[in-house]
Amino acid sequence: MAAVSTNPPVHGSIRLTEDQILLRDAVRELAQEQVAPRAADIDRAAEWPEDMRRLLAAQDIFGIAFAERHGGLGADLLTLCLAIEELSRACATTGLILAVQSLGAIPIQVAGSDEQQERWLPGLATGEKLISFGLTEAEAGSDASAVRTRAERDGDEYVINGGKRFISHASVADYVVVFAVTNPEAEKPSRRMSAILVETDRPGFKVTRLEHKMGIRGSPTAELAFDNVRVPVGNRLGDEGRGFSVAMQTFERSRPGIAAQAVGIAQGALDAAAQYATERRQRGKPIAELQMIQAMLADMDAATEAARHLLYTACQEIDAGAPDAARWAAICKLVAGDAAMRVTTDAVQVFGGYGYVDEYPVERMMRDAKITQLYEGTQQIQRLVVARALLAKRS
Amino acid sequence: MRILVLTKPVPDPAAGSERLGSDLRLDRAASPTVVNGNDEYALEAALQLVEAHGGEVAIMSMAAPNATDTMRKALAMGALRGVLVTDPALAGADIPTTVRVLAAATAKETFDLLLAGLDTSDGTGGAVAAGIAARLGLPLLSAAAAIEPDPAGGTVRVRRLSARGYDLIEAPMPAVVSCTQALGAPRYPSLKGIMAARSREITVLGLGDLEADLSPADGAWATRVIAADPPPARAAGRVISAPAPEAAREIADFLADRRLI
Repeated sequence: MAAVSTNPPVHGSIRLTEDQILLRDAVRELAQEQVAPRAADIDRAAEWPEDMRRLLAAQDIFGIAFAERHGGLGADLLTLCLAIEELSRACATTGLILAVQSLGAIPIQVAGSDEQQERWLPGLATGEKLISFGLTEAEAGSDASAVRTRAERDGDEYVINGGKRFISHASVADYVVVFAVTNPEAEKPSRRMSAILVETDRPGFKVTRLEHKMGIRGSPTAELAFDNVRVPVGNRLGDEGRGFSVAMQTFERSRPGIAAQAVGIAQGALDAAAQYATERRQRGKPIAELQMIQAMLADMDAATEAARHLLYTACQEIDAGAPDAARWAAICKLVAGDAAMRVTTDAVQVFGGYGYVDEYPVERMMRDAKITQLYEGTQQIQRLVVARALLAKRS
Repeated sequence: MRILVLTKPVPDPAAGSERLGSDLRLDRAASPTVVNGNDEYALEAALQLVEAHGGEVAIMSMAAPNATDTMRKALAMGALRGVLVTDPALAGADIPTTVRVLAAATAKETFDLLLAGLDTSDGTGGAVAAGIAARLGLPLLSAAAAIEPDPAGGTVRVRRLSARGYDLIEAPMPAVVSCTQALGAPRYPSLKGIMAARSREITVLGLGDLEADLSPADGAWATRVIAADPPPARAAGRVISAPAPEAAREIADFLADRRLI
């Protein structure tokens, strides 16, 4: 195989296990050699990169965070995040393929019965099947309890009506985990929803629109309509009325994946900026010799490394069952998303005018970084989660 | 089919850190090591052959004791076990020594095909596969661009790269095949392959385990490096600045004089 053109820094290895390093390095090599050369085209074409999905499937990368009994590698959350980080460093859209598969699978992993897990997880672990996560609606974004999509019981079936918006990969997925109101009379808004797995070939399921986005342009973001979609009651994940809780438990394990995407994007931008600074000459010398450039690069490195180590610690805390897992998940996404935005913005600055045009990858990375401050809870929602956890200890 | 592939750990050409040690031989500690490129093509071909015909692939290296790390990568691609021949006395072994040791080690194995890269990126001698074939009394099919065994008939056909295109050559198995890039790009190890490779067996053999036809007089000491000089600096290129048709003629003449066209 072709030689890796850059010498990646040996970062983040201090507390990683041998297995984590082995798997990270394998994904890194694959990402640099096979994914990075596709990134600009994926962005330009704004088309789902089926070739990247097949690559992740062929190399067992989809299987990382699935149990061995379901055909996965049985690795931990940190290993999954290492893979998302390395893929996103090359191409944020490709990193997101892995992050969304995990986001959709977590409700099955945390709330599904053994039978449901055996039915759906093996196909997801190989990447033969894709899944997405359908919570957000046009009028229910940060306020997830405002979901209006209805699932009415009719014998052994639910009949689903309503719509979803901003659902990543729903147009290419085989399943969508849909959060719908099953108990409208419940006193607490958080007890009104259930999580229901909907196969996307069910009659009445429609993709009504794909968004035209600023970044992660190869990742389709769908608007969905449910018109009397009938699914068996056996497709419900967890107890009736506990959908909100399933969603929140899911975010505890999925937000680190977005933090990993953010760290990867930041590292990719730093790699590009540092390389460019040594090549670009002004006034007879490389701009890397200018202290103002050096200061920017140093700050970018520090911000990226700080976010990375917070992410790794968060993964370890969450996997260890820390009682404040939601806080760790929110903190790492908050810090990493902001770091990615700042680092990519500064990367464009290092490139000057060349950074603003698509001849170089940093303008794409800056556009891609922005989404990490928005999805799976805006940065404002992360702060809310952190503040609640912080203040709960004191009241 | 049983296929044995010789996989040599070599300094990573991409690292660009190759240098000579104080003994004027390659300083192997100075560079990260990877599986030799041509050996990876051989391994990929071997894996495809057992996928098509059944059987198993094993790998063999003659290298320093820490070569097991590099061998794991070859195991992760799909080889089932490895043999590492290592002995302090083999440091700096020359081609005849390498041939004798590897011939003795491969003689302990049962195989239908013994594959090796046409040459290695560190030594570039290109004689080891032929030497082993000669010592084992096996046919050599060199510079393979395609390998087509007929397990039922007990023969193997190889398309050998030649100046004119391909030679189609056939020999009874077991046979030795030296392999080229034309066989096709090696696969990336899958993550499951990587995890499985951790527990695959690598048998370590020393010179004492082999009936190698070796004595100190013709061991690693057979060749001495007397001096090593860097290659001469490249001379300045010739610039042809004549008008286009004339310049084209000059360039054509230049190439024709050197029999390049």
